Amino acid sequence: MLNAAVRDALASAVGARNVLSDPVQLRSYECDGLTGFRQIPALVVLPLDTESVAAAVRVCHEHGVPFVARGAGTGLSGGAMPVADGVVISLQRLRQVLEVDPVDRRAVVQPGVTNLDITKAAAPQGLYYAPDPSSQQVCTIGGNVAENSGGAHCLKYGFTTNHVLSMTVVLPDGEVVTLGGDTGDQLGPDLRGVFIGSEGTLGIVCEITVRLLRVPETVRTLLADFPSVRAAGEVVSDIVAAGIVPAAVEMMDNLAIQAAEKAVGAGYTLDTPAALVVELDGPAAECGSQFEQVKAICDRHGCTRLHIAGDAGERAKIWMGRKAAFAAVGRISPDYIVQDGVVPRTRLAEVLGRIEEMGQAAGLRVANVFHAGDGNLHPLVLFDEDAGELERAEELSKDIAELCVELGGSLSGEHGIGTDKACSMPRMFGVDDLATMDRVRSAFDPGKLCNPGKLLPTPRLCGERPGRYRPHPLEEAGVIERL
Amino acid sequence: MTERTEPGFDALHPPSRELLDDCVHCGFCLPTCPTYQLWGEEMDSPRGRIYLMDLAERGEIELQGAFTEHIDACLGCMACVTACPSGVQYNRLLEATRPQIERNVERSRSDRLFRGGIFALFPYRRRLRAAAIFGLVYQKLRLDRVAERVLPPRLRATQALMPPVKLRDAFASLPRRVKPDGPVRRRVAMLSGCVQDVFFHEVNVATQRVLAAEGCEVLTPRDQGCCGALGLHAGREDHATKHAKRTIETFEKLPVDNIVVNVAGCGSSMKEYADLLADDPEWAERAKSFSAKVRDVTELLAELEPRAKRHPMKAKVAYHDACHLGHAQGVRAQPRAVLRTIPGLDVVDLPEAELCCGSAGIYNMVQPEPAAELGERKAGNIRAVNPDLLVTANPGCLLQIGRYLDGDVPMFHPVQVLDASLRGRPLP
Repeated sequence: MLNAAVRDALASAVGARNVLSDPVQLRSYECDGLTGFRQIPALVVLPLDTESVAAAVRVCHEHGVPFVARGAGTGLSGGAMPVADGVVISLQRLRQVLEVDPVDRRAVVQPGVTNLDITKAAAPQGLYYAPDPSSQQVCTIGGNVAENSGGAHCLKYGFTTNHVLSMTVVLPDGEVVTLGGDTGDQLGPDLRGVFIGSEGTLGIVCEITVRLLRVPETVRTLLADFPSVRAAGEVVSDIVAAGIVPAAVEMMDNLAIQAAEKAVGAGYTLDTPAALVVELDGPAAECGSQFEQVKAICDRHGCTRLHIAGDAGERAKIWMGRKAAFAAVGRISPDYIVQDGVVPRTRLAEVLGRIEEMGQAAGLRVANVFHAGDGNLHPLVLFDEDAGELERAEELSKDIAELCVELGGSLSGEHGIGTDKACSMPRMFGVDDLATMDRVRSAFDPGKLCNPGKLLPTPRLCGERPGRYRPHPLEEAGVIERL
Repeated sequence: MTERTEPGFDALHPPSRELLDDCVHCGFCLPTCPTYQLWGEEMDSPRGRIYLMDLAERGEIELQGAFTEHIDACLGCMACVTACPSGVQYNRLLEATRPQIERNVERSRSDRLFRGGIFALFPYRRRLRAAAIFGLVYQKLRLDRVAERVLPPRLRATQALMPPVKLRDAFASLPRRVKPDGPVRRRVAMLSGCVQDVFFHEVNVATQRVLAAEGCEVLTPRDQGCCGALGLHAGREDHATKHAKRTIETFEKLPVDNIVVNVAGCGSSMKEYADLLADDPEWAERAKSFSAKVRDVTELLAELEPRAKRHPMKAKVAYHDACHLGHAQGVRAQPRAVLRTIPGLDVVDLPEAELCCGSAGIYNMVQPEPAAELGERKAGNIRAVNPDLLVTANPGCLLQIGRYLDGDVPMFHPVQVLDASLRGRPLP
């Protein structure tokens, strides 16, 4: 419990109207997009500006109270899960686009602005913000910075870190600093780069200057069905081998297609084993000739149906289906876990085969939706909690992420490590790696008050799982020993 | 009423576990939720409200206090239903939750009186007519200027909604049967509504004329009453069922193909009678066949190939989607298509089109502050496209938006615009 002095200090930091303390209200903040991990916070504050964010952080720092920043709460790794007896600092009242500068092609926004609203604000100038997580209509730029979010078009355009020029950041002791600058090349260590993707463990971002791109002259989108996931995977490899850099290449397997079609009615073929969405953009001539090449590659691999978006409306529909796919899986399964991992593109077919086997062994269905172009998988493990399948599903999901590491890939492509996968980190990193990461974190936050328990494994976090004895990952890695 | 002491819902049709489990907590609903737009608080978002319903269903939280406060704050606009990729039926969750609150939570005396007053006035045409006389005197004496200073917020908001009263219209009655021009294409019965009939009588007249011109025989029974929509949306289940049954009784005996409504809120609830009365063996089937016949007037007009000659109208028209038409009934393309049959008419959409104007049944009376913020925001979005006319298919929206547009833009129901084009006359 927080004592009265801390409560009073926080109320005067952000204004009493911007503090939530009713137990029922606090319950609604107990989890983010990953509902399996829950923790009721002691207090939620909703500051109105950077100064009051800093004031709230200073109070926490002075009193040794842990705090967690929260955007729209759509994260899928439990990165915004509150800490026991800690404070949630919600950035949902900092939602202004402060400036759109069409000449220098950049925008200055507050952290609670949604990803899509940046593009909406820039659209009248013929500009847009490139990274496009599937949840872009709701996820906030602050959360994107924390997670270094990607999206379908990051294959060509890069992740959040490639599009953020500078940031005003409240450090864990309440100091307000600027990281990065208006020019691309900054001298000295790239602290901006260190901060982006740190999952809220190094501070709270309060103002972000993002790069805007010109809307491409032409966009061509096709939806192609294939007789197998393997055939679709080969198409992806061939497209890349032909020297084409598509704006996006997305693959969906049959289960995912069924779910998306049910939700959106985008015109996907219900019984096809696999489908690719390929998008090219750029100058009309280049786009046109490459589009023909892509069509030829699709044909060569036995494409069973090729649908080309006739206009912007049809294109939007195809994308809507793809982007709603995670949530749409709710229509074909009572519960599911969204996993996120990366494998080298050349091992796509192999990993999908292994996932299928593992799913069969566990008696669970796995749907696959993924950014095929960069090997970023999103296996969706379907289960029924009421039928007691939760633990099996979590186990399978974790095994899939660790399989990605085993195949030379990564635990996460874009959803982050958060609470969910902190304990798998030793699978991917050695003791020295983890110790180095911890030292970087401690340099920003020696008191470990800023989003503690996320990203890096701790013995307490990873040792306290109920159920049968399992060797602790840190035990296996030789970092700790059981006495 | 005794206040419920144990936590959670009572046993009478609480929100079902199955419907609650449909929510996967993805948050896609947040940006379209009006209260989340205003306050950015999780428990005033659809996801948050469903989370609280879920906790209440498990008996983990009490209904009184914060739970009631946040369910009350919901406009019931159903924008979240449109946005949801998982197919969560928030409308059914809300309609199951509100009666629980009405039954089990003791409201303050003034709240009870105010809500009681609304339900004693609005569903009754005669009482509304009496209110219209009072309103006329009130407006002639410019008492509204006094009211702005002395009334408490809720009453101030309520009086400010009153449109300019035309007594002749308020007391006029509609012909019971209107013959079609030319051969009959459809036989329809029309709901004349309560507020609609007293304050927007001319919309009903235009509806009859337009339908007749397009080959519909229109019956408008005199013995019809309130359809129960206001009660249904406010959790007054008894009120809703009583009026639903009466409405079914009145209309089912008429030999018609369709039942036509020109009020979005009424149409939405009439299409839901089948759900509302599903458990009543005597009424379930009757409700089902009634609901199947219900059409919004623009829906019906869009189904019929235009037959009557349209005279050109040169105007830029902004179309506002009433929540209970767009979100609740999925009727978005039809009214636009109907308007576009008029040569020369430029139909444009509004920025933030999915966002409620703040009217929402009785919401702008019981929650005047958020309603006012939303009204201002809608008015700003309308001014931004600089239209000659604003068109929307719901009297509640017309009253609410009218208040915040302050006469800047003339406002009409779509059938009034079509009526003017068919008759080759300027809009009133």
